[in-house]
Amino acid sequence: MTIKIDVDMTKCQHYGQCVFEAPNIFRLNNNDKLEYTAEADDSELANVEAAIDVCPMQAIFIV
Amino acid sequence: MTKPVVIVGASMAGLRTAEALRRFGYTGAITAIGDESYGPYNRPPLSKEVLVSDAVTFESVAFAQRAATADVTWVLGNKAVAANLEGQTVTCADGQVFEYSNLVTATGLRPKRADFANNLNTGRHAIRSLDDAIALRAELKPGARVVVLGAGFVGCETAATAKKLGCDVTIVAPSRLPIQRILGDDLAAEIMRRQQAEGVNFVMGQSISDLIGNEKVEGVVLDNGVKLPCDVLIEAIGSLCNVEWLAGNDINISDGVLTDANLHARKSTGETWSNVFAVGDIAKFENALFDGETRRVEHWNIPTESGKHVGQQVALQYQIDDANADAHSRSSATAALASLTTTGFRPVPSFWSDQFDVHLLAFGMLALADENRLVQGGISGDCVFEYYRGGKLVGVAGIGMRSVVQNYRNVFAQKESK
Repeated sequence: MTIKIDVDMTKCQHYGQCVFEAPNIFRLNNNDKLEYTAEADDSELANVEAAIDVCPMQAIFIV
Repeated sequence: MTKPVVIVGASMAGLRTAEALRRFGYTGAITAIGDESYGPYNRPPLSKEVLVSDAVTFESVAFAQRAATADVTWVLGNKAVAANLEGQTVTCADGQVFEYSNLVTATGLRPKRADFANNLNTGRHAIRSLDDAIALRAELKPGARVVVLGAGFVGCETAATAKKLGCDVTIVAPSRLPIQRILGDDLAAEIMRRQQAEGVNFVMGQSISDLIGNEKVEGVVLDNGVKLPCDVLIEAIGSLCNVEWLAGNDINISDGVLTDANLHARKSTGETWSNVFAVGDIAKFENALFDGETRRVEHWNIPTESGKHVGQQVALQYQIDDANADAHSRSSATAALASLTTTGFRPVPSFWSDQFDVHLLAFGMLALADENRLVQGGISGDCVFEYYRGGKLVGVAGIGMRSVVQNYRNVFAQKESK
């Protein structure tokens, strides 16, 4: 099973709080912009939920 | 039927506690009591987006509710006024009494307010709640003369937002530099320089001794006698803990709620209440990552991480005590609880601040530092500072360079296994 992840990039301010919680999914690139993997294994669910919790803009969703 | 877990405080820390209770297997009743009429919402936008746009409503800032916590009983617009920790009850302003099995105190902070001889009400603001921010929003009109008392994060961010809205903004504060206690002299001076470059005025080393005006604020009088015209006074002089409702119990509420390393409230004997916890801004805990001192930490990730730590503990204890559970699940819950509490609550504080084009990101306990070093970039542009106490790294802060700052978080702590 997989989960699908969506980040509302109109809200995202690239604070990178999610990167620490789910480093396999979220990263800041060399320009400090957020990049993410939109589909991941179920085993990442807890990490992605933790990332959702700490997003200051509440811009991360599981779809 | 067993008594519910009662969470007093229906904001972020309370919500995260409820979610962790469910995630880690607690299936009993949860009651969350909050004095605001709103359910849990996100506060960082209050000094920024909420002030800028009338379109930002409660719905825009409300935290998404998860299915697992859909059956939490929310008691909103009702303030807890007393607790009896021996009798395991919480009493609300309307007289309702709630019995609990476990009590989670999550009542947070309220803004400290200034006191003046001419104690006018109209034209004075503080920002803590959504209603505070909406009330201020109506007054931040282009050309309005805004005085911000206090130069911490809230004061500086609000000043930047007001300036962007076209207000004439002056920050007045007793310190020499803004956010000085946390950032240290170099970065604080740079924040001030960049705010000034955007047109914000600073009057440092002064406080406000009195207000001018009859029915509403028309000006402020500084300690040195100088008078400044003022249409809107924003008081950003720190916070007070909402802990008075816990008075009369064997508990230390002299500065928040004093806890042990796992957020159990302490008794005067040094023992702890096994079923009373503190989370969020009011929890005064020792953090093994830094030293043995107990501190409250008013940073972004503390409500979430403390809520999870407490929710998980209570849920595991519930499984251990569950007479219907099989031996295997009870022993695995026992092992998980032992592992969690042996490690203790040891968060890496994390925060950020946006002021004009300054995007600050920081980890750690910068205020503990006796020394800081510029390690990347240049202070007038993007840069990274390391913060040391006694030669040991205790924090990092950067303007821009977030991917560099981000990498430091693992220096402080290995990611907890989930």
